[in-house]
Amino acid sequence: MKTQLLPALRLTLALMVLCCVLYPALITAAAQLAPGHGAGVQISRNGRVVGFANVGQKFDKPGYFNSRPSAADYHADASSGSNKGPSNPEYLAVVKARLDTFLLQNPGVKAADVPAELVTASGSGLDPHLSPAGALVQVPRVARARQLDEARVRTLVQQQTETGLLGPDHVNVLKLNLALDALAAR
Amino acid sequence: MNKELLGILLIFGSTVLLAIPLGRYLATIYRGDKSWTDFLAPFERLLFRIGGIDANRGMTWPQHLVALLTINLAWFIWAMLVFCFQGSLPLNPDHNPSMTPDQAFNTAISFLVNCNLQHYSGESGATYFSQLFAITFLQFVTAATGMAACVVVFNALKEGTAEKLGNFYDYFVKSITRVLLPIATVVAVVLVFQGTPMNWAGKAPLVTVQGDSVNVSRGPAAAMIAIKELGTNGGGFFGANSAHPLENPTYLTNAVENFVLVLIPLAMVFAFGYYLKRPRLSYMVFGVMTVGFLLLLAPTVYYEMHGNPAIAHMGADQRLGAMEGKEVRFGAAASAYWGITNTVISCGSVNSMHDSHMPVSGMAELLGMMTNAFYGGVGVGFLNFFVFVIIAVFISGLMVGRTPELLGKKIEAREMKIAILIALLHPLLILTGTAMSAHLYAGNPTEYAGWLANPGYHGFSEMLYEFTSSAANNGSGFEGLGDNTPWWNISTGVVMILARYLPIIGPVAIAGLLARKKFIPESAGTLRVDTATFGVMVFFVIWIIAALAFFPALALGPLAEHFTLY
Repeated sequence: MKTQLLPALRLTLALMVLCCVLYPALITAAAQLAPGHGAGVQISRNGRVVGFANVGQKFDKPGYFNSRPSAADYHADASSGSNKGPSNPEYLAVVKARLDTFLLQNPGVKAADVPAELVTASGSGLDPHLSPAGALVQVPRVARARQLDEARVRTLVQQQTETGLLGPDHVNVLKLNLALDALAAR
Repeated sequence: MNKELLGILLIFGSTVLLAIPLGRYLATIYRGDKSWTDFLAPFERLLFRIGGIDANRGMTWPQHLVALLTINLAWFIWAMLVFCFQGSLPLNPDHNPSMTPDQAFNTAISFLVNCNLQHYSGESGATYFSQLFAITFLQFVTAATGMAACVVVFNALKEGTAEKLGNFYDYFVKSITRVLLPIATVVAVVLVFQGTPMNWAGKAPLVTVQGDSVNVSRGPAAAMIAIKELGTNGGGFFGANSAHPLENPTYLTNAVENFVLVLIPLAMVFAFGYYLKRPRLSYMVFGVMTVGFLLLLAPTVYYEMHGNPAIAHMGADQRLGAMEGKEVRFGAAASAYWGITNTVISCGSVNSMHDSHMPVSGMAELLGMMTNAFYGGVGVGFLNFFVFVIIAVFISGLMVGRTPELLGKKIEAREMKIAILIALLHPLLILTGTAMSAHLYAGNPTEYAGWLANPGYHGFSEMLYEFTSSAANNGSGFEGLGDNTPWWNISTGVVMILARYLPIIGPVAIAGLLARKKFIPESAGTLRVDTATFGVMVFFVIWIIAALAFFPALALGPLAEHFTLY
């Protein structure tokens, strides 16, 4: 073992230069060409950064499309899921309460119209998206709070829906709400 | 067909299609034949010169193991030092603290053994220095260690009698320079262009649209995430791992990350066939592994896409599936596919929280780790499978009344003893650990109340999962478990070491012993191991030894929970 130790240490040092200095340097250089220059894609409004495109933020006011429940309360430096098991009675009571609150805040909506993502917490606690149904079900409430025409708000959701070739369709809540603010200001 | 199902079908299909040529390439470079990456040879020679290593010297199997264990010991000490002092080291813009000794012990072992169990959160528990110089480094070299050990076994199974089984450093360095680094570079570049950060500044403070103040964690993430998946390591840059929208921003990155983590374990299977020039043998292995994989995948996709019956009962619309712990951009099918690929393969990264999966999915994930040979981790998955092959050969030999032989070598008592010990080690570690924890908890539920985030059967599953994940060197978790305590840090640390090195030492020793034996040419009396019949035999050996041993524990946890929910 002793005769092997010195070569092991020297090889380790050489590989460290390769994997921990040169390789990250190369990726950092490539990142300069990418959107956001590797520092995350930021979204600004009136010259002020209001968020990262990919990082969900809390929207719970009636005049905004609300984002999903979050176990991390949208603290973007402490991502976390709820890790609640599917049969946990306390957890199920929380889900029920979220559903009841949603129905109360959105009169006229039936439970069967509420997509489950609106009453369950995401894996990261920072999910930036809703499904199109999750946004559309909030349209009447948002339109009423903003005193906007429902049809115009619905069109807005449809414009903001991102449809991929594969995988579920989704709406970026931050972008949708910024578009909503712009529409209301017009 | 449903878009979500089509998505996972395409990911799996493209992985298999690319694994075949990659397997041929792996066989070429390990054999030392001419390949198009030979332009890297001078660079490798430079590495060997710095190391003072003669990469052409053949090594016997004990020499291989000494080389492997020595360099691993050096890495362990280095990682332990980094984690204990990271708070005072450079590249720490967020001023994160050093780890406590028990947490540093657990973390150092965890990354050293390719497990990547994490009892810390990346945003607050690690620094950019430790993420790069300890974690990323280990993610490269431990993957290469597994691949090198696997090639030693390939060598030993060649025709003829051999004492020397190639050079460990040669296989190890080539795995990095010719496989891991190039592919990781491509993946990391895809990630940064999709929005994953690769920067050196600390958290970004900002005020949101609604007026909340938040700090957005960033860092040199893309470089690490690429090798985390490619090397089947699985330890995330951020706490939420690949569920985090910066770690895995889009459906495309999700597909790419999921693709590369399956790639090398699959390619190793095909490399086996090319290396020995017995392609049918690798079809048999691939067939058995794929059947096992699909049997675990199908129920998981079904249950995740159908949602939680308790929530359905409240009347909410679960067309998207069980969304607790899942991200909208991936959906239920891709989350289920990710969950199973990451548990049959010892990667253990997550893009949805396994703790919140339906009980049957949780059980399938547990079974993936309990068998740990349906593809398995880079290199080591094949070694686990090899142990089951030895056992299957022996049993088949007895059944038909012939001397058990594998590829012209007699399997005798010594090899069988090692194989059985390795096969039984896995249930022993998992069940003993879980039993001890359950005993502690049951003896004093108030003192250990912080352990379990969920009551009842699910709480038991959380403990079972933690030990299964440690013993399988997987690293995913039912993260509701409050696991940053001395008990969990130390017990899982010990399990991780035993479960990494013994299953490498065992198969390498068996292979080394076999290589020395007289070669018996194939005749009409030889048991053919490249047939479907033998494949079925191996499948049942895996099923009986690895899966049924755990049935009582599964009945207490996920099965009991399933029948209360449905």
